[in-house]
Amino acid sequence: MDTPAPQRVAVTDQAAELIRRLVEQHGHVMFHQSGGCCDGSAPMCYPRGEFRTGVNDVHLGDLDIDGVAEGVEVWMSGPQFEYWRHTHLTIDVVSGRGSGFSLEAPEGVRFLLRSRLLTSEELAWLEA
Amino acid sequence: MGQYAAPGTAGSVVEYRSRYDHFIGGEYVGPARGGYFENPTPVTGKPFTEMARGTAEDVERAIDAAESAVSTWGRKSPAERAGILLSVAERMERNLEKLAVAESWENGKPVRETLAADIPLAIDHFRYFAGALRAQEGTLSQVDESTVAYHFHEPLGVVAQIIPWNFPILMATWKLAPALAGGNAVVLKPAEQTPASIHVLLDVIADLLPAGTVNVVNGFGVEAGKPLASNPRIRKVAFTGETTTGRLILQYASENIIPVTVELGGKSPNIFFDDVAAADDAFYDKALEGFTLFALNQGEVCTCPSRALVQSGIYRDFTADAVARTKNITPGHPLDTDTQIGAQASNDQLEKILSYIDIGKQEGARILTGGNRVELGGELSGGYYVEPTIFEGHNKQRIFQEEIFGPVVSVTSFDDYDDAMKIANDTLYGLGAGVWSRNGNTAYRAGRDIQAGRVWVNNYHSYPAHAAFGGYKQSGIGRETHKMMLDHYQQTKNLLVSYSESAMGLF
Repeated sequence: MDTPAPQRVAVTDQAAELIRRLVEQHGHVMFHQSGGCCDGSAPMCYPRGEFRTGVNDVHLGDLDIDGVAEGVEVWMSGPQFEYWRHTHLTIDVVSGRGSGFSLEAPEGVRFLLRSRLLTSEELAWLEA
Repeated sequence: MGQYAAPGTAGSVVEYRSRYDHFIGGEYVGPARGGYFENPTPVTGKPFTEMARGTAEDVERAIDAAESAVSTWGRKSPAERAGILLSVAERMERNLEKLAVAESWENGKPVRETLAADIPLAIDHFRYFAGALRAQEGTLSQVDESTVAYHFHEPLGVVAQIIPWNFPILMATWKLAPALAGGNAVVLKPAEQTPASIHVLLDVIADLLPAGTVNVVNGFGVEAGKPLASNPRIRKVAFTGETTTGRLILQYASENIIPVTVELGGKSPNIFFDDVAAADDAFYDKALEGFTLFALNQGEVCTCPSRALVQSGIYRDFTADAVARTKNITPGHPLDTDTQIGAQASNDQLEKILSYIDIGKQEGARILTGGNRVELGGELSGGYYVEPTIFEGHNKQRIFQEEIFGPVVSVTSFDDYDDAMKIANDTLYGLGAGVWSRNGNTAYRAGRDIQAGRVWVNNYHSYPAHAAFGGYKQSGIGRETHKMMLDHYQQTKNLLVSYSESAMGLF
């Protein structure tokens, strides 16, 4: 069996469960990683298409979640990606409050990124 | 001085109500869908009141109220509007302690800051815009011998304001004062993390404001903020927050073709040149304090000096002194007047800070002090406290590039002036910066070369009303504070008047 190809993004079981619930309520969703102030530096979850990505955004990958028909796209602005490209990102969830217009806030929870350094093998594959 | 009694306990200078509805048309109105959400204090993590959970129906009702108020308000003379702003300021001043304790309990920040900074600055802001409005004049110019161009300032109409949680009352004031001075009516959504203290302010000042000029809809961004920011009846949106939501608000504004001001944070460099340490004197002490200001308001400031750049000649000794200074910061109960660092505003904020400390360590940055959650024990054990933290590393690391919004500074060294400017400007953001030097020319040049909207020279974290605040690059669009804000909240009406009796001669 082949080793799965390296990915830039992943999701914890708890976050996947939350995404399943949000998809049931709001239809298909997407993520865009935020930078900057207050609620920033956090993954924002929107109904798919609500946030218009543009030519300067980078599609980091898709989250495959059991029970969700299609992969959930994860995006980041290109300039921000330049500073982040050496790290692997896992979308997690913690209890909390508030998050711009992100869909999960009324649930009393907040998506949060956990990061680790990509290995040189992963980087070689992803940057190839 | 001691410790203020917590709201809800005997002897407190402020009482929160057990529930707050929306403030619409000068009165409290229940949420259309009947929902409420709990509001915890970050001091203990325990709820102390509940807030109406606003939705699109509530937003529409608030805009109705604002629309019916705005023409009367906008036609009042500048003297009348300014007079009301001055009354607001005076009333706030008489209730300074009440507002300061309410704000500390709501946000977790030390009461010594709200007493000395947040609330006095808010009071001054109302006074400043009262004065700016009285002094504002339009222009006129003679176009030809019988044509004159007048430029009038006219209100925009109903404006939307989305307030952050780091300075709930002060940031609301930064937006309210110029909007009201300019003759607009406001629909304001406080942050869902800190929705309550604005209602204590309203308790103090609401009777001074004509009904409908200020309307407050509580609620979550997705449920109340989005219907407000995207509403076609809104004539301008002002937002303080982060980049992705900022882009979303700009996107909605493009659909309605309205102006927007967005203030989206930063990663501000604080630069210390070698000559700072030429003498161990009062200025050196001031510079060390300037370094340590990264921990002000628990680092929850858009302009937090979260990157310290220290010239190589003094790097070792200055950093050692800065670590010692940082270790002196007194943590404790936010309502204790001796406390210098209080609670982070929310649990998810705490978790985000800890996740950044984690990636900082993984990237090889070295912790010089701090790096942990703090357990203060007793009633504070449920609160959200973090040690002031100093990382040593390099500017390509994520802790140097992303706003952590906690009491965390990342320190690196530079060799010469050009190196300092290169590092300082190697960032997505351009909100604030600090420059410290005994050489006026060095400081002046650096102040001009740094790509940021606010450069503090030999000081930091001062926010006078009479100085413009706002960002270059991805830190946003537009400015706050300063009289130029009146322009941000007014239309320009050009009246082009001919007093010639003769036809133009074209047809």
